[in-house]
Amino acid sequence: MATHFVIDGLKAEIEGKEILKGINLEIKGGEIHAIMGPNGTGKSTLASALMGHPKYEVTAGSASLDGEDLMEMETDERARAGLFLAMQYPSEIPGVTNSDFLRSAINARREEGNEISLIKFIRQMEGKMKELEMNPEFAHRYLNEGFSGGEKKRNEILQMMLLDPKIVVLDEIDSGLDIDALRIVANGVNAMRSEDRGFLIITHYQRLLNYITPDFVHVMMQGRIVKSGGPELAQRLENEGYDWVKEELGIQDETVGQA
Amino acid sequence: MSTQLTTPTDRNSAETLARGKGEPDWLVSLRGEAAELAGTIEWPKPEKVRIERWNLTAVGSYETPAAVASLAELPANVQELVAEGTENLLVQRNSGVVWKQLSAELASKGVIFTDLETACREHGDLVKPYLFQAVNKDEDKLTALNAAIWNGGVFVYVPKNVEVELPLQAVLFNDNAGATFAPHILVVAEANSRVTYVDCVVTDKSKANGEFVHPAIVEVFVKPGALVRYGSVHSLGEGGVDMTIRRAVVENDGRVEWIIGDLNDGHTLSDTKSVMKGQGSTSDVKVISVGNNAQQMSLTTRAVHFGKSSDSNMITRAVMRDSASAIINGITKIEHGATKANGVQTERVLMLSPKARGDANPILLIDEDDVTAGHAASVGQVNPEQVYYLMSRGISRQDAERLIIYGFLAPVVSEISVEAVRNQLQRLLERKLEG
Ligand SMILES: Nc1ncnc2c1ncn2[C@@H]1O[C@H](COP(=O)(O)OP(=O)(O)OP(=O)(O)O)[C@@H](O)[C@H]1O
Ligand SMILES: [Mg+2]
Repeated sequence: MATHFVIDGLKAEIEGKEILKGINLEIKGGEIHAIMGPNGTGKSTLASALMGHPKYEVTAGSASLDGEDLMEMETDERARAGLFLAMQYPSEIPGVTNSDFLRSAINARREEGNEISLIKFIRQMEGKMKELEMNPEFAHRYLNEGFSGGEKKRNEILQMMLLDPKIVVLDEIDSGLDIDALRIVANGVNAMRSEDRGFLIITHYQRLLNYITPDFVHVMMQGRIVKSGGPELAQRLENEGYDWVKEELGIQDETVGQA
Repeated sequence: MSTQLTTPTDRNSAETLARGKGEPDWLVSLRGEAAELAGTIEWPKPEKVRIERWNLTAVGSYETPAAVASLAELPANVQELVAEGTENLLVQRNSGVVWKQLSAELASKGVIFTDLETACREHGDLVKPYLFQAVNKDEDKLTALNAAIWNGGVFVYVPKNVEVELPLQAVLFNDNAGATFAPHILVVAEANSRVTYVDCVVTDKSKANGEFVHPAIVEVFVKPGALVRYGSVHSLGEGGVDMTIRRAVVENDGRVEWIIGDLNDGHTLSDTKSVMKGQGSTSDVKVISVGNNAQQMSLTTRAVHFGKSSDSNMITRAVMRDSASAIINGITKIEHGATKANGVQTERVLMLSPKARGDANPILLIDEDDVTAGHAASVGQVNPEQVYYLMSRGISRQDAERLIIYGFLAPVVSEISVEAVRNQLQRLLERKLEG
């Protein structure tokens, strides 16, 4: 079945404050969607609510992947159903090596007794690390501990590549990356483009979209998608900023949830 | 004749049992005195843990050991713990030792590795000067009780200048909750010798499911320039109360290394102490522990410095799940005159449930100016962001918590230089965490 991801009227709050005020979005396999928008408008909240972060409470709406309602699932079930989120701020887990973690994540998708062999796993991991020009020692480092900002982002992409998800949400994967790393990460994403996979890329900058051309661009303000268009929309935002959008829509304060 | 009285033994029965086993007179009278003491003195009083609420009297009755003809007769989960190809192994089942072997090479060098009962009969001259010298039988009801009823046990003797390369291994297990299971372990390392001793203390949980007490004492004597590495992993069943007192006395330039895994399913009192008597003596203690369900634990490490330039390091890391609780005490005592001594300690507790409890009490008692000492302690709940991050990769909550626990313990486990201990710890840790 072709990948089909539908967010319908999704509302979410944190600590009693409503941040998402009804998000509608549809992503089909093969499509790349970009979400842009000023700081504090709810982009990461959308990503977190989709993944099931414990601090966010979804109060209305749904998100379904191939007909299955993700909002009914625990975070780990959503991941196994095919959702992947590269986080804006990945956690550090001391004492757990990157490779032990990656192997656990791969095995979580396999039947008990059918775990990936160590050799095969290492071959896969090393292959992908090479594509991402990561130093092999990162396999043995503790998960994200002491990684630089850019190293963490690369590590998120490594996970995406190894876990083969259906819907990939990238939350500011380009922040903190130097110019070479941006190209490498973008190549990694492009290598993963396929008819069965959809992408939702949250970014502030056109520079990432120069490498990864989106099919659709959405603007988020006040916890809603307020404008959608094609790649030219991102270009215009890069050149002119958000004022014209606000003016067009009569928005004074674009942020959400501020007291 | 299961004994379930408030005073679990008396002079007459202790002496009768000892005589019946053919123990030497000095030991018979030691047991008699201790049994009488046990009736009059109090249980130890660890900080903030009311052990008198535990069932401390399920001492059971002596079960005559029946030697096994081959290791294959032992339960599978005990066999698993035996290091492959080991030539130096001792197995205690319930009240006595049922298997022992020592390589001819070590025997020819004068190394003794046997059960303590045999050692008292055959090597009384070597045992008597040490037995109940690091731990006194009259310290409290626990030490008196062990003195009165201890059985099986281990005696390790390493002569001067002898270096024992491979670890000597013991497995002490019970599979009958009604049998007395009270080992006493005595290690004597003469000057400039080296030895590694590793044991597992476990319950065959399919068989022993009643209540029992495991009152155990370990005494280690490290003579000048000697090195003793002592690894011990406890995994006793839910019905058990483990009360284990360990103590080392370290002479000039001697060194003791303790590696302790307190992974029981029942209440646990674990107290490990190094007395650095000699100049330049050193001690290193690593303790890890995992608590489940409603387990209560009192985990104490102690370092006492008498010797000049003596050095101690103590680390305890404990993970408490469910409604388990642990009181973790670290006590570094530097006596007057122990100039240039250095003592450091760290206690860390990770709690995986809001109902779990952990307390870390680092204490430095310093009676000398010219010393260095330090401590660090932390107690905290598992970080929900970490659990979420792991789960967002498809890892179940249970596995995510398991990874975080392994990660929390890893800095201690990975530092364990003795491979056999590391492996056993890993295995018994898995048994505990996989449930
Ligand atoms: N834990 C929290 N407690 C209170 N407010 C929160 C919390 N998390 C997010 N918010 C608020 O929700 C709003 C949306 O935050 P969100 O992180 O979704 O913004 P964003 O669009 O991703 O911004 P940025 O571009 O800066 O990453 C902000 O006003 C933020 O302060
Ligand atoms: Mg954000």
